[in-house]
Amino acid sequence: MTGDTVPRYPTLRPGPFDPPAELAELRRWEPISRMEYPDGHVGWVVTSHHLARSMLSDPRFSARSEFKRPPVSRPGADPFYGAPALPGWLVDMDPPEHTRLRQQLAGRFTARRMREMRPEVDQIVGRLLSDMERHGPPVDLVQHFALPLPSQLISALLGVPYRERAEFQRHSETLFSLQATAAEAAAAMAELYALVRELTKQDRGQHRGLLATLTEEGTLDAEEIAGVGVLLLTAGHESTSKSLALSVFALLSHPDQLAKLTATPTLIDNAVEELLRYLTVFHFGVPRTPLEDVWFGGRLLRAGESITVSLPAANRDPGWFGAAADRLDIERRTTGHMAFGYGIHQCLGQNLVRTELRAALPALFRRFPELRVAVDPGEVPLSTDMSVYGVQRLPVAW
Amino acid sequence: MNITVDTGSCIGSGQCAASAPEVFDQDDDGRVVLIESRPAETFHDLVHEVAQCCPVQAISLDEY
Ligand code: SF4
Repeated sequence: MTGDTVPRYPTLRPGPFDPPAELAELRRWEPISRMEYPDGHVGWVVTSHHLARSMLSDPRFSARSEFKRPPVSRPGADPFYGAPALPGWLVDMDPPEHTRLRQQLAGRFTARRMREMRPEVDQIVGRLLSDMERHGPPVDLVQHFALPLPSQLISALLGVPYRERAEFQRHSETLFSLQATAAEAAAAMAELYALVRELTKQDRGQHRGLLATLTEEGTLDAEEIAGVGVLLLTAGHESTSKSLALSVFALLSHPDQLAKLTATPTLIDNAVEELLRYLTVFHFGVPRTPLEDVWFGGRLLRAGESITVSLPAANRDPGWFGAAADRLDIERRTTGHMAFGYGIHQCLGQNLVRTELRAALPALFRRFPELRVAVDPGEVPLSTDMSVYGVQRLPVAW
Repeated sequence: MNITVDTGSCIGSGQCAASAPEVFDQDDDGRVVLIESRPAETFHDLVHEVAQCCPVQAISLDEY
């Protein structure tokens, strides 16, 4: 890969669990490489663990939506690129704006607080599994388990009534879909802001959630609170449900690993980290843009150029995870995986995700030891046209 | 081993407190709190890993 050829950003996956094979080639020969984005403009892709970490912790690379371009854009112009971040939308901001918002939220998602939610998580898990049992096989694991669990939890945490789920799930699907046009995505975003704004007003009961607490404290303004609410609500259920359903599919497709986990339940914490690493549901990775000309990894990156840090590629880097990095191995050392990103934007809800996966996976396989995919595994529909990767449906039987 | 933390740069991801709760905690704002700046030998490997994984490199180690 030298000379004039600029690789096009690969989007085709060789199987349900592996990132595009071309990324491994790039990582090997040119871990920061020129890339032709699907819309034809040329930027960069970062594929090694080492460079991904250094870029994501380097303040010269901006996360502001004015500059960063999503690697795969929707039909029509992206409605959020080129404009300042929406209020509260901290993923599209740099310090100090980012810092101010993040500080308001970090305390509500501490490891301890998330661990304290475990009984509530176990309860919801138990209820959903009983419903599944009553329903009888086959059931779609996404609709009956992987989606309702995180949706109920994030609703409870924010103080959003769960009965609104149909509406927020629908809008958030539009928002994450790459098939939706720019206008549709913008409309979905506006609807979500309106919904959360309305629900925040109603959230006054005894068990007030995060949105009501933020309103009372008054350090963020109403639009920022709505934005934070939309961000947490959508990210909180969409990516967690994708991770959970895909994890189940991966374990069912790797019976040796599942057997190990069932035989040794204490492996669960490590197994969860490994599944997060191996599956990395951030389909394409995270975009960044240099604010000035920067020498990086031996290349001169120009101010304003598009860069995608491929988290799936970094998470399969043998330079960090060893020669068998492409294998699912629930006993491996997983430290340093980048499923939650890296640097100041690292996922705020990561310990909530951990808590959910650690509770959900063992309980599911305990309740249904004979669980299996009810269709030909090749027919499980994959969501390759979403910014978060996963299965659309997972029919299971027992 | 002597651990120091930079609470100014900590973003409260909680990775440290989740991986090594015997050594790290978080305050009500989510900022890292060092419970044990000179952890027992058995924790050294773990603390090394945690320091490496902190997304903003807020954890420094002095070896002696
Ligand atoms: S891992 Fe780093 S950023 Fe996260 S809470 Fe600990 S010190 Fe703070």
